[in-house]
Amino acid sequence: MTSKKWVAMLLAGGQGSRLGELTSDLAKPAVPFGGKYRIIDFTLSNCTHSGIDTVGILTQYRPHLLNSYIGNGRPWDLDRNNGGVSMLPPYQGKNGGEWYKGTANAVYQNFHFIDHNDPEYVLVISGDHIYKMDYNKMLEDHIDKAAHATIAVIEVPWEETSRFGIMNTNEADRIIEFDEKPKHPKSNLASMGVYIFNWKHLKKYLTEDEQDSSSTNDFGKDIIPKMLKDEAKLQAFRFKGYWKDVGTIESLWEAHMDLLEESSDFKLGDPNWQIYAGNANHPPQYISEDADVTQSLVNEGCLVFGKVDHSVLSYNVQVGSGSLVKNSVIMPNVKIGKNVIIEKAIIGSGTIIEDGVVISDTKQGLTLIGENQRVTSESTLLQAL
Amino acid sequence: MRNVLGVINLVNERPILKELTHHRCLASIPFGGRYRMIDFTMSNFMNVPLSKVAIFTKDKYRSLMDHLGSGKEWDLDHRSQGLFILPSIHPDEKIKGDLQQFYDHLEFFQRATADTVIIAPGHHICKIDFNDVIKEHESNGTDITVLYKEYDGVPVKRPLYHQCSLGANGEIRDIHFYTAPKIGDHICLETYVIKKQLLIDLIKNCIEYDEYDFLKDIVKANLMNLKVQGYQFTGYMPFIHSLETYHASNMDFLNPEILRNFFYDSWEVFTKIKHEAPAEFANSSRVSNSLIANGCIIEGTVENSVIFRGVKVRKGAVVKNSIIMQKGDIDQGAHIENVITDKQVIITKDQIISGRNKPIVIKKEEVV
Repeated sequence: MTSKKWVAMLLAGGQGSRLGELTSDLAKPAVPFGGKYRIIDFTLSNCTHSGIDTVGILTQYRPHLLNSYIGNGRPWDLDRNNGGVSMLPPYQGKNGGEWYKGTANAVYQNFHFIDHNDPEYVLVISGDHIYKMDYNKMLEDHIDKAAHATIAVIEVPWEETSRFGIMNTNEADRIIEFDEKPKHPKSNLASMGVYIFNWKHLKKYLTEDEQDSSSTNDFGKDIIPKMLKDEAKLQAFRFKGYWKDVGTIESLWEAHMDLLEESSDFKLGDPNWQIYAGNANHPPQYISEDADVTQSLVNEGCLVFGKVDHSVLSYNVQVGSGSLVKNSVIMPNVKIGKNVIIEKAIIGSGTIIEDGVVISDTKQGLTLIGENQRVTSESTLLQAL
Repeated sequence: MRNVLGVINLVNERPILKELTHHRCLASIPFGGRYRMIDFTMSNFMNVPLSKVAIFTKDKYRSLMDHLGSGKEWDLDHRSQGLFILPSIHPDEKIKGDLQQFYDHLEFFQRATADTVIIAPGHHICKIDFNDVIKEHESNGTDITVLYKEYDGVPVKRPLYHQCSLGANGEIRDIHFYTAPKIGDHICLETYVIKKQLLIDLIKNCIEYDEYDFLKDIVKANLMNLKVQGYQFTGYMPFIHSLETYHASNMDFLNPEILRNFFYDSWEVFTKIKHEAPAEFANSSRVSNSLIANGCIIEGTVENSVIFRGVKVRKGAVVKNSIIMQKGDIDQGAHIENVITDKQVIITKDQIISGRNKPIVIKKEEVV
């Protein structure tokens, strides 16, 4: 076994409880996105495009769908003889085992996996962000600056800084301070949850962190502050481009609406940066004579007889005649009957909306319908957020 | 899993659809928005499923090989399964017949552990459940099952199809070669089920006597000595033998009933995965009664058309009653009607092209 330059550890164990009913049966990274993808596809495709051939996926919450979806990693070119994709759930060892306590603990528990690949660097990423990034550039920067760790950061609007982990840097982009959700921010550089570590250096910190009973075993809350305290060389890597945390229903909806902006620089159809996905075989979509589809993304497998405006239809969605779907995200396999109105909503996979149903929040709010529901016109299922 | 071999026999492909076969064989012609014709037979085989599939090619099979790859899309890249492309081993000579090529690759049949073989051509657009065919083949103790379909296509004067005469019990009594079909004629689908050992014996026998044609020298020649049964296929299958019929059968899939029955109510049709993004409809798009594949960007008007993967229809462009194959680019203000554009065709700004009685074909990579 040859040693690897780097391996990626992809954190995919989170429940994503803020996604409500969308994650009652599946982990957040497995939530459908963009009509044909799942959220994790973006990070995995980044790995493919960055030439990373060894990816460990750390799972914990509801991993079954994710396990079968990732399979042998073929859609992402990760079906390798040497390396490839490995699913890494918590496991039992000689001295028992335990659940992953935090992001750092999850990586710590798998240090044998990393050691086995013997990498120089470890890339830690998470499976719940939508962005396209060449991690190579970040690694080059990490090596150039001879850093112990490099954290990807993105400029966020000042008024939103209180939602993020903010990195305060000096003029050489060295991180001098880390503010988790600051009330009085000194910078607007938010951590993207993308880290590169020197494996030997990180291993030492992970081991120490395990001994510390007061630690929450989290990269952002424990490991990074400890490294800063020890004056380790932490570099910020400025990422320019689209990046979105889709951890809430609102941000998931917004990210979909972003895809529909004609001026958007974040296009799914970029031939030089395809997003790879599993289960990609569906018949071509049919747009009927009376249908009207504008400013929308429609995936293969759809049958559209109604009006669709400014919306995303995932695969195998049917829209009956006389229906209107507007400003909405329709997840896979949803059947929408005739004369239905859906405005500003996310409809979960496999849900059936019967004829004549109106889903539209009077206060212009966002409506979420969970997976595999049946919505009738008398249904009281509707709950505006 | 049944242990059955599949053979896709391209040796007998007729010289039809010449405008679309300059650089590819019939089986490799794009169809239905995202498929190649061969995908339908491949997927029918997959539904059995078959352990091994061999494709006996005649010529121009580069695009076919590119499309099929290792066969992974059809689940054929396994240790116990596999896809075999078996071209002629006499590249400079005119091939004497399909049996010559079967004989040249007899090892494929001999090595396989399967005991039954399905033979089919590569350009039929249909959903045949071969499980039913094999069941009937086995329960009747049939030696050779010959599939046929009642002709329901448009009248045609050219002698293109072989016809079966059937006896009272569904046995094949005679085969008439190259007939001009009339409605209701029993057209031989050149699709057969036969026991492997019988096939090997018959091939060897034929070659010994300089006989080289499966239908003539194995089926017809043995109508008296073997039990040769007809199996009527009654499902949807267009008879494609001209640009008009190719165009019309693509348009058949704009009928939601055919579309649903074909693609949604039975097994999937698989094709090469391209990882294209969902189709993008701009604010200015006007699409009606059309099939649109992924990777398309539609800004203009599309009516009664079949649009393949990665096609751009730009602002003000109008596409009517047309088939636009992969990566076509219909520029602003262009207006095309009753046209078939092959892959990667560019229709430049404000061009007007209209096929009157017959669809006009624009060749691959042409810029008009």
